[in-house]
Amino acid sequence: MTPCGPGFGPAPRCYCRSELAKPVEQLESVVIRFAGDSGDGMQLTGGRFTSETALKGNDLATFPDFPAEIRAPAGSLPGVSGFQLHFADHDILTPGDQPDVLVAMNPAALKTNLRDLPKGGTLIVDTDAFTDRNLQKAGYESSPLDDGTLDGYQVHAVQLTSMTVAALKEIEGVTPREAERAKNMFALGLMSWLYGRPVDSTIEFLQKKFAKRPEIAEANLKAFNTGYAFGETSESFAVQYEVKPAQLAPGMYRQVTGNQALSWGLIAASKLSGLDLFLGAYPITPASSILEELARQKAFGVRTFQAEDEIAACGAALGASFGGALGVTTSAGPGIVLKSETVGLAVALELPLVIIDVQRAGPSTGMPTKPEQADLLMVLYGRNSESPVPVLAAATPGDCFYAAIEAARVALTYRTPVYLLSDAYLANGAEPWPIPEIASLAPIDVSFAEANGATFLPYKRDPETLARPWAIPGTPGLEHRIGGLEKANETGNVSYDPDNHDLMTQLRAQKVAGITVPDAEVDHQEGADVLVLSWGGTYGPVAAGVRRVRSAGGRVSHVHLRWLNPFPANLGDVLRSYDRVLVPEMNLGQLRKLVRAEFLVDAVGYNRVSGKPFKAGEIRDAIEAML
Amino acid sequence: MATELKLTTKDFKSDQEVRWCPGCGDYAILAAVQSFMPELGLSRERLVFISGIGCAARFPYYMQTYGMHSIHGRAPAIATGLAVTRPDLSVWVVTGDGDALSIGGNHLIHALRRNVNLKILLFNNRIYGLTKGQYSPTSGQGKVTGSTPLGSVDYPFNPLALALGANATFVARALDTDKQGLTEVLRRAAHHRGAAFVEIFQNCNIYNDGEFDYVRENKEARTYLEHGKEFGNTGIVHDEADFAAAFALSQVTWETHGAVPLGVFRDVERDSYDELVQQQIDNATGIDDLQALVGSGDTWRI
Repeated sequence: MTPCGPGFGPAPRCYCRSELAKPVEQLESVVIRFAGDSGDGMQLTGGRFTSETALKGNDLATFPDFPAEIRAPAGSLPGVSGFQLHFADHDILTPGDQPDVLVAMNPAALKTNLRDLPKGGTLIVDTDAFTDRNLQKAGYESSPLDDGTLDGYQVHAVQLTSMTVAALKEIEGVTPREAERAKNMFALGLMSWLYGRPVDSTIEFLQKKFAKRPEIAEANLKAFNTGYAFGETSESFAVQYEVKPAQLAPGMYRQVTGNQALSWGLIAASKLSGLDLFLGAYPITPASSILEELARQKAFGVRTFQAEDEIAACGAALGASFGGALGVTTSAGPGIVLKSETVGLAVALELPLVIIDVQRAGPSTGMPTKPEQADLLMVLYGRNSESPVPVLAAATPGDCFYAAIEAARVALTYRTPVYLLSDAYLANGAEPWPIPEIASLAPIDVSFAEANGATFLPYKRDPETLARPWAIPGTPGLEHRIGGLEKANETGNVSYDPDNHDLMTQLRAQKVAGITVPDAEVDHQEGADVLVLSWGGTYGPVAAGVRRVRSAGGRVSHVHLRWLNPFPANLGDVLRSYDRVLVPEMNLGQLRKLVRAEFLVDAVGYNRVSGKPFKAGEIRDAIEAML
Repeated sequence: MATELKLTTKDFKSDQEVRWCPGCGDYAILAAVQSFMPELGLSRERLVFISGIGCAARFPYYMQTYGMHSIHGRAPAIATGLAVTRPDLSVWVVTGDGDALSIGGNHLIHALRRNVNLKILLFNNRIYGLTKGQYSPTSGQGKVTGSTPLGSVDYPFNPLALALGANATFVARALDTDKQGLTEVLRRAAHHRGAAFVEIFQNCNIYNDGEFDYVRENKEARTYLEHGKEFGNTGIVHDEADFAAAFALSQVTWETHGAVPLGVFRDVERDSYDELVQQQIDNATGIDDLQALVGSGDTWRI
């Protein structure tokens, strides 16, 4: 129990709760969206609110939504950056279809986000930012604050900037510009009060972040504190809200983003296999943070190589694999296309390689920061000739950890390149994550070939897995040459023999088709004759949509696929056991095309590619239309 | 070396039939490399030859070492991944003028600037041989080939100047049939820790025969670089550590000076890429336990 407000620093005023207590209203869940200029620090604000919320014990899901431009012109519509957070006293699956509360730091943020706020929703605006110039930049002809635009919303008009600046003017060494920049911490303080968030972690965070500039630390703390106190005292906020902790499975939790979990999963795979991790990468949104995270983990022996281009990144990873390391390369679609020739070589060489595609929206450069799942057919088929590659996809941010381990396990066991698909939504989104017990993870068995006196046959396969021996340089007696030219079965010598090529093509295909993957788990509902089949990063909204249908009395079953190549062995039977199959995808029907071709099932699609994650509501509607 | 190796030239010949055109300069280079290898004192399993695509790129198949025949232009990139994870190996890249300077130009210059511990042998025959005779980035202007019936309008690359421009720490030139000179350059390259770049003039007797006759056939045209001595009458005193001297010498040609410099243009010591990467790993502080890493930061118990 914190007796006095935020309880830190030289607070301007410190009121005891008992004196100032406002009525507390219980809520089951809240969706808050922070929106402001790219330079307003909305991602930081959202991230801190998320941390406070995680420590409170709520279940949560986040959706950071920001432009590709680092600093678009201040106040402009393209420069708006948003962070949506859904938190609840129960298990939730998505960052929320629409906000209950919108914090708009300027007119452009209001303009681009108001359409998502339902009537009756809470709107907190920084009135100081509603200058003529900013209104004009946002395309408002009159101020929405007083022209009736906001009728029907619960509007809290707060002089956020000027109150922040006023509160900080006593702090020496802080320029007016720097004082103004602390307004996001005022907003965070206010929201922290409004939802009764624990604040200690934010205080510690600010002290650490600005340790080198104590006056800036003080300014941010004071802004935060002032915002908190403003909530307590202002008549504009009559009620404080509480969202009780969620009843999640017992254990230790932390929050994790998809790219963070994925990076750690790769380190785990390195530990489990006993192989050094080598990451070849070239900076690209939204995959770069994997490179950055792994570059920090040198104490684990991780070698990161920021290559001259995507091609070299993949090539170096393959070279590392040749030498017996766990070779990994990361990118997004526009980089993956460049890697495809190297992936083709890895198919021919039959060496392990993990290729991670953090998918983003659109062909060519598209919309770099927005999610999509339209690279499926590319990673399956985007290479010359018959070039089979296993493909799996992560379902949630936390699942990226386990998906990375699984990708490495298959690559190492079967000596094959493996594609792991993530997307911009999983990459940046965060969720509470039960901290895995590393000791309980199954080891990955890797054995390098050793000379045994017999002639070494680099393409003589293991009868069970069809994997070829992995003989790494430095192994005496196994000197051999591999390459992209077709090889004779077993000897690996260059061969143009027609029957041999046919055989090798079949063997490569059989090897991938024969990879053991777990059966698809059916979330079956008794009496359901509609099956929803989803994959990848849409798990949250699709599962939430299924729940909504069921809670309204509808009957529907759900399968979420992890493995796209090969498909689980039971998938055909599962699909055929339902009358109708709905495949929702953030593409124009790529998995649907595959299951129709593979299983002759008349699957129907729900397809939308807006650069935004699915909403549970639209999935519910799509399912209900089929019931 | 703890144990004395008694390897011979024969030990480095693989069982694969060599399939270059009869009379190709590649045969001479292969023979020189195979006969030099025992001198290295490395066991065969510690040697790796990586190539891209082209005639020269078949080279690894003929070496009884580890080898990879990879993708057009990508050998330096692939070899970088191997060299940085396996500093115990001696990694050689065999490439051609199209492979290294056209499709793989980017990888070449970056491997050189990073000083990756690779020995890069560029067989320069100034033609695309495997695709049957199109002009290459080192073909002279006016070169008439299948793809330039009226003569090439391209200005060619000077491979040595390019390597020097990329700040390569070892730059040398040799001639395919000059076994002694080539062996000496290989020896120096092999002992250079870091990126070593060697241009080898190589005759393609099918599509560009006679390209280097002025120096192949005329031993007088060959002028071997000697550290500390003036090169011919150029006024350039050769100093392997002097970038400007090396660059000036890279511009000396038969046409301009009536002499062809052969040997080592530049040889300077600098930490190699793998060493620097390893140093960072060795000096890394912070969490090195995965359980601690996943449990770091803000956590809570339910």
